[in-house]
Amino acid sequence: MPGDLRQGRIVIVGASLAGLRAAETLREAGFTGSLTVVGDEPHPPYDRPPLSKQVLLGRVAAHATALPARRDPDADWRLGVRATGLDPIGKRVLLADGEPLPYDRLLIATGTRARPWPDQAQAALDGVLTLRTSDDAAHLAERLAAGPRRVLVIGAGFTGSEIASACRELGIEVTVAERGPAPLVGALGGTLSQLAAGLQRAHGVDLRCGVTVTALRGDGRFTGADLSDGSHLEADVCVIAMGAVRNTEWLADSGLAAGPRGLACDAGCRVFDQYGIVTDDVFVAGDVARFPHPLFEYQMLSLEHWGNAVAQAEVAAHNMVSPGPSRRPHLAVPVFWSSQFGLNIKSVGVPTFSDQVLIAQGSIAEGRLVAVYGYRGRITAAVTVNMAKWLEHYQGLIETAAPFPPGPGAADARPLVADFPVPSNVPDPRGLCHGPTVALTGHLPDRRLSVVRPAG
Amino acid sequence: MAVDSLLERITDYASRPDPYPLYAELRAAGVARQAGGGYLVGAYHDIVALLHDPRISSDPRNIAAPYRALVQPEEQISFIRLDDPAHHRLRGLAMRPFGPPHSPGRLDAMRGQIAQITEELIEGLAGRSRIDIVEDFAYPLPVTVICRLLGVPREDEPVFREWSAAIIDFADIKAGEDPAERQRAGGQALTEMGRYLVDLAERRRGHPGDDMLSAFVNEPDPAGRLTREELAATGVLLLVAGHETTVNLIANGVLTLLRHRDQLERLRREPGLLPGAVEELLRYEPPVHLRQRTPLANIEVAGTTVPKGVPLILVLAAGNRDPKRFHDPERFDPARTDNQHLGFGSGVHHCYGAPLARIEAQTALGALLPRLVGATLVQDPPPYRRGAMLRGPRHLPIEL
Amino acid sequence: MRIVVDLTRCQGYAQCVFLAPQVFELHGEEALRYDPAVPDGQLDRVRQAAAACPVQAILVGEQVNTGAR
Repeated sequence: MPGDLRQGRIVIVGASLAGLRAAETLREAGFTGSLTVVGDEPHPPYDRPPLSKQVLLGRVAAHATALPARRDPDADWRLGVRATGLDPIGKRVLLADGEPLPYDRLLIATGTRARPWPDQAQAALDGVLTLRTSDDAAHLAERLAAGPRRVLVIGAGFTGSEIASACRELGIEVTVAERGPAPLVGALGGTLSQLAAGLQRAHGVDLRCGVTVTALRGDGRFTGADLSDGSHLEADVCVIAMGAVRNTEWLADSGLAAGPRGLACDAGCRVFDQYGIVTDDVFVAGDVARFPHPLFEYQMLSLEHWGNAVAQAEVAAHNMVSPGPSRRPHLAVPVFWSSQFGLNIKSVGVPTFSDQVLIAQGSIAEGRLVAVYGYRGRITAAVTVNMAKWLEHYQGLIETAAPFPPGPGAADARPLVADFPVPSNVPDPRGLCHGPTVALTGHLPDRRLSVVRPAG
Repeated sequence: MAVDSLLERITDYASRPDPYPLYAELRAAGVARQAGGGYLVGAYHDIVALLHDPRISSDPRNIAAPYRALVQPEEQISFIRLDDPAHHRLRGLAMRPFGPPHSPGRLDAMRGQIAQITEELIEGLAGRSRIDIVEDFAYPLPVTVICRLLGVPREDEPVFREWSAAIIDFADIKAGEDPAERQRAGGQALTEMGRYLVDLAERRRGHPGDDMLSAFVNEPDPAGRLTREELAATGVLLLVAGHETTVNLIANGVLTLLRHRDQLERLRREPGLLPGAVEELLRYEPPVHLRQRTPLANIEVAGTTVPKGVPLILVLAAGNRDPKRFHDPERFDPARTDNQHLGFGSGVHHCYGAPLARIEAQTALGALLPRLVGATLVQDPPPYRRGAMLRGPRHLPIEL
Repeated sequence: MRIVVDLTRCQGYAQCVFLAPQVFELHGEEALRYDPAVPDGQLDRVRQAAAACPVQAILVGEQVNTGAR
């Protein structure tokens, strides 16, 4: 009954990248019914990656990153409205302001929000900020433009490192505090985290690893922080960059498999209920989704990646309007990028799903390299630093489960470095104050059990 | 016919007007081992994979002895025939006065000059009823531009035109002939042109003009300087490539538009399609058809093992018409979307001068369009240049 | 008009920087930065950049209309 699927009422909760691309794809696939997109921010869909880069530098206004549409999705946009609950039997989305929204099929793309500082009173100090939304970016950009004497960034993941990079480019003193042994270690493991640490220090970042921030100080206005090594740091601005929280609380009573690691779904983006039974009218895409991946032992992946939001939204939307046999699986290999301190870092696969790593091309000394990750003798990930043109070769190796270490012969391989893998040293994420933006979260769709399975 | 003679048939001058049926034969064969040694690859996805494979070398010194036909003195090898990290270093130094990150606005600032040179050439055609698109337009435009850019006197063109022809002939891919004479003439031309360019550059040391040779010899950062030999090899590469390739793009473009008058009319009506039309020309009739590479290890290509050191010839123009990648590939469609053609190659050796070629081709075709509407081809197919690697008309006479 | 670059696809060929240097720039050798809101007078150049992108990663379009249906 493909005709039926192209009609009816579809609601998308989440008006960011995944929500927009899903809406466009629904129309491209011939959906002619009513389409409503609900978003809790008042802004039309906008792009987030520039917020930690061009926007902080003051080159682009925080609210000028609106996304171009591929086509007019002809939707009813309910912006600035929070979804507060879901009634899967009555097939209605409950909204913070007014009438429940009925649907025939629902797409959940509520994404993540910045993890807040755990002490609410300290978090409320003027000058303590997070960075996730365009409003956040506007506030932070304004603070940076005012020329603070020092910025404290808590958390040396990608966002924290990019903020530190922007500060240094603006000539602002910055301290980065990270509980783990080095920046980016939770995402890239030991070898490249050493490159990241060297890079930050070479650019004048006051990098402090192996410490935690025990308290934020100030009297109404943030003035500094206490560290676990007993020291005190004075700063005017504090950015909490401790990773993301999935926006699943509104689904707590829905009976769906929604938990802190996301909302579980099958390979076709159909959401599981709390008993592990797949639904056929509720779909999920983007950062809030947990989905099984055959390349990683069918563990559930949680990704905070731009490319995944687009690819998964397209698959989910296609499947929402397609009968069973025409549905597609979401099998894309994770890819992400970060630019910081003049370097372009790109990753394919899951670097944390590894036991060994080697530098296959280039070298740390040159600041340009390809690192290849292996797990039990097959290639599971690759990271390039200023060598993005080679990445697709390694993607092919990951997709075909090619043996690790990769065969010899790369023209710019360095002897010894390229021949001997070393342990990839991916730490337990519980010991970090930044998270990987790609996480393996076990096999169970259950909402309470979301086991993190360390590699190795 | 057996596919082991494909290279011979492709490089045969009789195939120049229409090599595309041979390319279709090649794609059907997957990887075609040639009687004289070497392998031909023509499928889009295979070519792209090879251009992004770090085990594939551009350096002819990696060709195993029995297959190594042409030997180039080490100091004359430019970055187009080097691998990383040497390639990366030299290309980066050559990029400094040409493009980002050091000179991002350099080419954009030349748009006005390029338009003016184009206009002058068009004015020179006034009152003539028959012109040769190659001699009157497609050749002089990029030559004048590259001369200004590098800082080479335009009036020296008759001198370096001969060197350039010998160098191109030296670099061409040919099947089954004795390369000794090509090698001798090409080597001599490389030496002479290199010396000529270094002399020009040296005269600007200390008092630079706004040209690239000046920038090379006056580079303040010691880490950013080319040696004398590197300057010669790089200068030769830029001057030769800068005027042996774009001429084909413009001439192939005029020929294609005159063969597709509906699209010519459409482009006149919708000039916004011009950038896409140039991309489609780069796919449909690219200036560069063949590239040679060498595996540094035994590699698998489409189920065939290609041994280390045996030459691989990538037929870019065959990949550009692969129906497994492009919808309706034999159709010339200026409004084509998703056009990831191989006209400029791909990977780290992606054409250095691509943005210049694009600006020149868009400017040239945009200016010619109004005149082409009433024009007719005098000869179809036109006489072609000898080379199979850089393919384009030698002359393209048209009646206005 | 708005642009977004799919930096998942971007390989740093920088063709966009050559063709529209007011809109696109390189941070270091390879990382691309750009102005998502196309400045006045730059649309033709941006369209050229989008056509020239070797991995077709640049989307040019209008911001989605979220006002009246």
